Amino acid sequence: MAIAEGLTQTRVALQQAPLPPDWPGGEWWHLLVFVVAIIAFVMLMILLFIYAERRGVARFQLRLGPNRAGPEGVLQAVADLIKLLLKEDIVPTMADKLVHLLAPIVATVPAMMIFAVVPLWGDGALLADLNVGTLFIIAISSFSALGVFMAGWASSNKYALISAMRGIAQMVSYEIPLVLALLSAVLLSGSLSLNQIVDSQNIPYLLLQPLAAVIYFLAMSAEINRSPFDLLEAESEIIAGYHTEYSGMKFALFYVAEYGHAVAGAAIFATFFLAGWKGPVLPPILWLMIKMLVVFFVGFWIRATLPRLRVDQLMGFGWKALLPLATINLVITAVEVLFWPRGLTMWILVPVNIAVAAALVYLWSRMVSLGGGRVEVKA
Amino acid sequence: MELTELRTEPFVLNVGPHHPSTHGVFRMKVTLDGEVVVDVEPMFGYLHRGIEKLAEGRTYTQNIPLTDRLDYLASMTDNWAYVLSVEKLAGIPVPERAEYLRVIVGEMMRISSHLLATGFLINELGAFFTPLMYMYREREKILDLFDMLCGQRLTYNYMRVGGVSHDAPPEFWPAVKRFIQEMPSYIDEYEQLISGNEIVLARTKGVGVLSRDLAINSSASGPFLRASGVDWDLRRDDTYSIYNRFKFDIPVGAAGDVYDRYMCRVQEMRQSCRIVAQALEGIPKGEVRTPAPHLIRPPVGEVYGHIEAPRGELGFYLVSDNSIAPYRFHVRPSTLINLTTLRDLTIGWKLADLIVIFGSVDVVLGEIDR
Repeated sequence: MAIAEGLTQTRVALQQAPLPPDWPGGEWWHLLVFVVAIIAFVMLMILLFIYAERRGVARFQLRLGPNRAGPEGVLQAVADLIKLLLKEDIVPTMADKLVHLLAPIVATVPAMMIFAVVPLWGDGALLADLNVGTLFIIAISSFSALGVFMAGWASSNKYALISAMRGIAQMVSYEIPLVLALLSAVLLSGSLSLNQIVDSQNIPYLLLQPLAAVIYFLAMSAEINRSPFDLLEAESEIIAGYHTEYSGMKFALFYVAEYGHAVAGAAIFATFFLAGWKGPVLPPILWLMIKMLVVFFVGFWIRATLPRLRVDQLMGFGWKALLPLATINLVITAVEVLFWPRGLTMWILVPVNIAVAAALVYLWSRMVSLGGGRVEVKA
Repeated sequence: MELTELRTEPFVLNVGPHHPSTHGVFRMKVTLDGEVVVDVEPMFGYLHRGIEKLAEGRTYTQNIPLTDRLDYLASMTDNWAYVLSVEKLAGIPVPERAEYLRVIVGEMMRISSHLLATGFLINELGAFFTPLMYMYREREKILDLFDMLCGQRLTYNYMRVGGVSHDAPPEFWPAVKRFIQEMPSYIDEYEQLISGNEIVLARTKGVGVLSRDLAINSSASGPFLRASGVDWDLRRDDTYSIYNRFKFDIPVGAAGDVYDRYMCRVQEMRQSCRIVAQALEGIPKGEVRTPAPHLIRPPVGEVYGHIEAPRGELGFYLVSDNSIAPYRFHVRPSTLINLTTLRDLTIGWKLADLIVIFGSVDVVLGEIDR
């Protein structure tokens, strides 16, 4: 009874809740439609990304890639999904069953939630134009680490445990430069709302904030476990990492989570540094998709090219290079924003900032050495 | 508030026998303290087929295909080491054209084997298969050439006691010439992509150093030994076949780390191209096989024949009791002996380094377990 009452109350509350004035449609139940639309969009992008990566990486590797299922292999991901759905779901005997079940869900959901605040359709986010959108993104994206750790811990597998251990260390270390890089863009636009940030980008922040863009891209790669920071799933070392013990639909969810975070990361990069949906001629959503694909292309280009860092080198890179660079960049940006005379075009800053970024990167490449060597082990 | 000290303890991880990076069914019982390797205990035998015992029940000629199954990534040199030993035991001469053919296929086998070793090494560094695929491209060309030569791509059974099974078909010669001309540019391509890569350097320079003394004391051989600065190559120092007719250098490393092993292999590929090019120019016409009976009865005695296989010194110790089968057939596996220093190389490094160091030894389990 209590549940039914609670539901009634919620419905009444939702009906009476004041809707934002720019709420599309003006009815509260539109929320459901938008949620479904956003999830469909994210899923579509995930399929697109999987296809793009498999075919693209195959080209890098002198292969053809999947080209049998459907025209040019576009249905390969669907076929894989059907296969995974039909597979037996295996839970290790010693596993923590509940956590084992929850982990893939915890890992997947944040990737979708991020899109609540990303402006897709031109002016205004589809679901919620939060005035603290950046904060929301940062808070939500850290959640995926929890999913990884739950999976690694619950599997009762040593490889998964090593992966979970690496995951926590990696995500804690790279969260800070990631946030600092985003803050540089926030300083320039003067708002935490993603909509405002896109609006204020008459010059894409990639040009105004080249260093922040690079730092964000690298930290994002580490956050979503993509090469060269894919230590969590280092196949040659720890097999499949945290999802070694997953099969069937749970594994499919992890797969979706991996690419979902890539989609989300690409969307955030496109929004913060590539002027989001802005662009001539084509509709805004297409521009955003194109920009996301470009960002993702750089990602799998790197993946097909570079070897992986070692765990201590990864930490060294995060703490010794990315963090100080991001801090310095933030301070420089703050000074620029504070003292920039009104009415003077920001285009002047573009070459200045690119030069500063190049100088800083050069300086750091001279100063910082990555990681340690052999550790003395007591016999 | 009193701070309680967190207690940590090392744990044991079984890397293998089913693991993507153990090149087959090798198993390492690794004790880890966090990510740091505290102890390594190599375990093998998962691929043991009793080849040495099997060989005692087969005739000398029937044993040739068995040797294909030892180091299955370099079967030609396995064949060669075995027939060389039998020829030494029975005193059977080899025609000159056959010697040239042996050198050509042996050096191409070396290129093919080093390609795979390098490709897998970079793969173990985490490069998501791209370098491996590039190296497969050239390896396929070599395998196609061997396919032309003897109809097989992996287990060739090409050498015979007293020569090779048959002469090369006419279309083989232009194809191998073209390959040898193209190969150096491909090696340049690999070097451009890999040798100067910052991450490769950070992951391999100074990692897994095998000191010169330890290398000699553990009787290591091949590029694994030469990377540690020991200038020792059986092709020159205990010359066999017709290697004394060719001009080639022996690349020697200095540091003995993973990077030097990689570099030694790349340089050896270049030298192999040189040798094949010279052999192609100098090859005479004539027979490729001394008419020898299929049932060989060597005189009573024993012999040890060894060659410089891609992975190191590969030797066969044969004992004859004047019957049609060897009384004792013993293999000196190059990679098993190279692997004996694994523990010294890896302790104190991270788990990721363990995989890379193991990959840099370049093992083939068919040869280790036999």
